[in-house]
Amino acid sequence: MKSAVLVFPGSNCDRDMAAALERVTGRKPEMVWHKDADLPAGLDLVAVPGGFSFGDYLRSGAIAARSPAMRATAEFAARGGLVLGVCNGFQVLTEAGLLPGALMRNAGLDFLCKSVELIAEETQSPFGRGYEAGARIRLPIAHHDGRYVADAETLDRLEGGNRVAFRYAEEVNGSERRIAGILSENRRVLGMMPHPERAIEALLGGVDGLPMFEALTQEAA
Amino acid sequence: MKARVHVSLKSGVLDPQGAAVAHALGTLGFEGVRSVRQGKVLDLDLDETDPEAARAQVDAMCRQLLANTVVETWRVEILG
Repeated sequence: MKSAVLVFPGSNCDRDMAAALERVTGRKPEMVWHKDADLPAGLDLVAVPGGFSFGDYLRSGAIAARSPAMRATAEFAARGGLVLGVCNGFQVLTEAGLLPGALMRNAGLDFLCKSVELIAEETQSPFGRGYEAGARIRLPIAHHDGRYVADAETLDRLEGGNRVAFRYAEEVNGSERRIAGILSENRRVLGMMPHPERAIEALLGGVDGLPMFEALTQEAA
Repeated sequence: MKARVHVSLKSGVLDPQGAAVAHALGTLGFEGVRSVRQGKVLDLDLDETDPEAARAQVDAMCRQLLANTVVETWRVEILG
């Protein structure tokens, strides 16, 4: 699988994402700087990493969402490319309009940095295929603006289309319907606040992120 | 031409920061603060000299960047 990781000023999970992708796919991803208007040819997956792109100025992910590399990523997604946005990457994808809704300040106002239990709700997409339906998994979260917000109609559409990929098993940050990650209509764009790329090594706290990367690799094979 | 943009949360969108500010005002002894909603103000200095053209331009900026239309509304003030 050929993958790329976008890098913005203030990204800080880009190398974790690259390490996870390299470990699972056996191939180093291309690192794409935000000013690059063209993505490398022949990509299967673009990953939008976590961090604090552009210092979270204006709104988390707002500036990055308007960057040349993200415009290219939107075109890539429109052609059916796989896009994974984690944490700040999820914020970027909503700001760019690739996914509906918005991510706002956590209800409790605290920056949350801990491991949480999630329910893998969706097992049909290229991202969810590696999980059993309803599986309880543990992934780390590290965010201040993780409260998923959308109007009731959008939420119903997400639920009805089985597009809620991950749900917090317990109340975490005030997200509507405890949503932790959602899919695009074509199920090839996933945005999620928890970090699967930080859960690929038992020594470092768990391996529950591995099934996603392995399923992605199979999808692209 | 100078323009001022007021960005505020749509009604119904939970604003925990505003609620924290309201709580702090109560702690300081300010009574009767029913609620606080936190927003932001952006001041723009534009080349445009026609007020209506400036307003249209800033409106487009709000739609594309300055506001997140999912959760925010905005108001443009042309200051002259």
